[in-house]
Amino acid sequence: MSDFTLRATNVHKTFAGPKGTSVAAVNDMSLEIASGEFVALGGPSGCGKSTILLIAGGLLRPDQGEVEIMGTRPYEIDAARRASIRAKHIGFVFQQFHLVPYLDALDNVLAPTLARALPGAEDKAKALLEKFGLTDRRHHVPSSLSVGEQQRVALARALLLEPQLLLADEPTGNLDPENADSILDHLAGFAKEGGTVLMVTHDKRAAGRASRSIRMEKGSIAESVS
Amino acid sequence: MNLRRLIGREILHRKLSFGLAVATIATSVAGLVAVVALLGAHDLRTSKMLTRMNEETSAMEAKFTKEMKAYEDDVRKTMKGLGFNIFIFPEGQELSEVYAEGFASKTMPESYAATLAESNIVTVNHLLPSLTRKLKWPERERTVILIGIRGEVPIAHRDPKKPLIDPVRKGRIVLGHELHRSLDLKEGNATVFMGREFIVDKCHPERGTKDDITVWMHLGECQELLGEEGRINAIKALECNCATIDRLGEIRREIAGILPGTKVIETESKALARAEARNKAKKHSQSSIASKKAEAIKLQADRTQLRFEDKEKYTALLTVVILGAMAWVSFLSFANSRDRQAEIGILRAMGISTGSILGALMGRAFLVGLFGAGLTLLFAFLLSETLKATLHEFDLRSLRGDIPLVLLSVPVLSCAASWLPALQAANRDPATILRNE
Ligand SMILES: Nc1ncnc2c1ncn2[C@@H]1O[C@H](COP(=O)(O)OP(=O)(O)OP(=O)(O)O)[C@@H](O)[C@H]1O
Ligand SMILES: [Mg+2]
Repeated sequence: MSDFTLRATNVHKTFAGPKGTSVAAVNDMSLEIASGEFVALGGPSGCGKSTILLIAGGLLRPDQGEVEIMGTRPYEIDAARRASIRAKHIGFVFQQFHLVPYLDALDNVLAPTLARALPGAEDKAKALLEKFGLTDRRHHVPSSLSVGEQQRVALARALLLEPQLLLADEPTGNLDPENADSILDHLAGFAKEGGTVLMVTHDKRAAGRASRSIRMEKGSIAESVS
Repeated sequence: MNLRRLIGREILHRKLSFGLAVATIATSVAGLVAVVALLGAHDLRTSKMLTRMNEETSAMEAKFTKEMKAYEDDVRKTMKGLGFNIFIFPEGQELSEVYAEGFASKTMPESYAATLAESNIVTVNHLLPSLTRKLKWPERERTVILIGIRGEVPIAHRDPKKPLIDPVRKGRIVLGHELHRSLDLKEGNATVFMGREFIVDKCHPERGTKDDITVWMHLGECQELLGEEGRINAIKALECNCATIDRLGEIRREIAGILPGTKVIETESKALARAEARNKAKKHSQSSIASKKAEAIKLQADRTQLRFEDKEKYTALLTVVILGAMAWVSFLSFANSRDRQAEIGILRAMGISTGSILGALMGRAFLVGLFGAGLTLLFAFLLSETLKATLHEFDLRSLRGDIPLVLLSVPVLSCAASWLPALQAANRDPATILRNE
């Protein structure tokens, strides 16, 4: 078993732009995150934060470099097994929440069981909703939930299958400070219990809650503060 | 959480989109049902028309048979009244000669008449033997037809006691009009014929036939004069008691059994004319029946052709409807998949397989087909009673047997129409989706 939950080594990712131009979104970036770490990833817009997050999540194949999640190299196995690595080890949280619009809160939290069966999933989901103060919102569809509630449902969903790694892209970007704090508390709590968090954020206050703060510039790490 | 629940929730959430797809399918299935029903109605109508025609034909045939029977009975009755003459000629007699000369050149024994009379013959009556010759009346330098006749030979088994009355007594002659007029002979005058003296017994009025130059005398004297003792050259008879309409045949058969070799002919009579008329009527009726039958055959052929053409038209129309419906369902499915991109992206990110996503989309498409087909079938069956009148009594419920096929094939077609958009949606890169949403 590796010491690191996530390790990226000399990762490059270049996108083709218009008229033969190209954009080096990630440029020779290396990163190691150990379990129990809560890492905030900052930097100017377009510096490659979301790109490295997707690469770390097994969703975007880098042009070069190696990625290792829980000791497995996701880009060296087939798509189906990569999907099962995601289901098993990784939880995602996005700025836009990406809840399934026609499922109520409880069913949204239970959605990951479509990928991987979990005994007692419903009880677990209810417990998570209770933990996030959403018990009485259980049967509400996303459109009738507040944004703060939606993000907590999204977080509960990311946590249902007990992942080791939580990848969050601007999880507080759409939230007021109070709701943002609540989410950050839960992320910190997850790390405290041994989970690993990689959170992209612009927000200095949010970054301040992390155990380590990395600043990117032009596709690579410019500064790392513990 | 499972796929079924996911599909169900999605359908309930996007009722309009689902309803629209269902309505599309329902409409095209309705088109299909309509075509089948119209063709069924056509068939029903055809068979009704044919049944009616056949009934008419049978009625005509029955009427014809009855009329013919009545006619034949009538003819038989009148023929009995009128009787009809037949002539029996000697063996070996050329009938062509009889027709040309008016009498036979060959002779047969006079006893033939007795043989016939003593047999059990039933088809003829009034046997009149005669001897006829054309010759010159030597004393008068005239060509005459000499006929020797005698009284009727009574049929033994029929009227044995009937007296024998000779139409011309011995020593007497009967003269045709032309003879007595030109020779100035009157009844009671005496005249010499072939050296023998006769008293004119009777002078016939003008008939305009050979009778006008005919001399009738007693058969016995005639035979003596001609040196043909005991010979005759014809027996005239009257038909009677024939059982069938083919009387001459019946008579010939009977006489052939008694006097083999003799020739029997029938002479023209009113009865014959009647029989002729009857034959004409029969032919006319038969040809009406035949034309009625031909009409039925033509009707059937016409209806078959019409059905074929209708079917082709309907099939073409239906093909357009089905293709249109599939295109529309395909488009709706594409729109649905696009609406669900974000959801699909996040589900894929969570590790849910492409197969499961495809399953969810296909499951929905299957339900679209099932609901669409089911709805139309339900309506068709509920309205079957009401629609009967417009469909020439065609009962939509008779299509019952095809329900399983429709309920299976329509959803399969719906899935086929949705397949490409669904496949494309399920395989889109989640990273791209999540970054752009
Ligand atoms: N699929 C793509 N095709 C082309 N260019 C891309 C693509 N994805 C990202 N880029 C480019 O790569 C660069 C990095 O993008 P990325 O989204 O990682 O930035 P970011 O740091 O997350 O910015 P932001 O803070 O605004 O979210 C950008 O210049 C972006 O335009
Ligand atoms: Mg970003």
